[in-house]
Amino acid sequence: MAEGVKPRVKAPKSASAGEVVTIKTLISHPMESGQRKDSSGNKIPRSIINRFTCDFNGQNVIDVTMEAAISTNPYFEFEATVPEAGEFKFTWYDDDGSVYEDTKAVSIA
Amino acid sequence: MSITRRDTLALGLGAAALTILPFRLSAATEDAIAAFTGGADVADGGVDLTAPEIAENGNTVPIAVSAEGAAAILVLAAGNPTPGVAEFKFGPLAGSHSASTRIRLAGTQDVVAIAKMADGSFARASKTVKVTIGGCGG
Repeated sequence: MAEGVKPRVKAPKSASAGEVVTIKTLISHPMESGQRKDSSGNKIPRSIINRFTCDFNGQNVIDVTMEAAISTNPYFEFEATVPEAGEFKFTWYDDDGSVYEDTKAVSIA
Repeated sequence: MSITRRDTLALGLGAAALTILPFRLSAATEDAIAAFTGGADVADGGVDLTAPEIAENGNTVPIAVSAEGAAAILVLAAGNPTPGVAEFKFGPLAGSHSASTRIRLAGTQDVVAIAKMADGSFARASKTVKVTIGGCGG
């Protein structure tokens, strides 16, 4: 498991029903591409987060498949519709099988 | 030195080849596109790809894609050792069919976005990004 992985999500705490909100996510992760070499010339093995999903009350908002060309500390910005009060669930899947999760509750204003 | 008719023809051919060249993609990129579209025709336009013209650092190049009515958008970097970048699939609660992220580019190259529309058709857009320092290590 990559060390110091910390997801950060920026989402509004409240929204009006049916409103489209912007969500920004960032997760600290080295995203080792598998192309770099260490000082003795050996390839550093690939270790990246390969998938990110965002769901709201079980309904999918976005599902991203990532390749090695995504930068260190993968950042995503996208928009989601909030039909009712509930909870956003963010999930990141690591190459090594680890799963990182974060949730954000949204109330209806 | 005088320019002969033959020289002129050769120059013209060279110029024509140069203008065609940027639209040719690497075999790996073509394969990735074919795998995504299943060999279907891809129309130009209908996808917005926002990328900087010049990226000083190839390690983090901000890009944004958006396509009205898209079910999925595939992003490829034609000049990277592996062309795949990301595939965005939009679910029923997606507020808009757009997303932005930061990508790595090995050098100056074309970034290609292909959108799969809800009706099963495909659209594409590409943009050349000049990279000052490549982002793949070495």
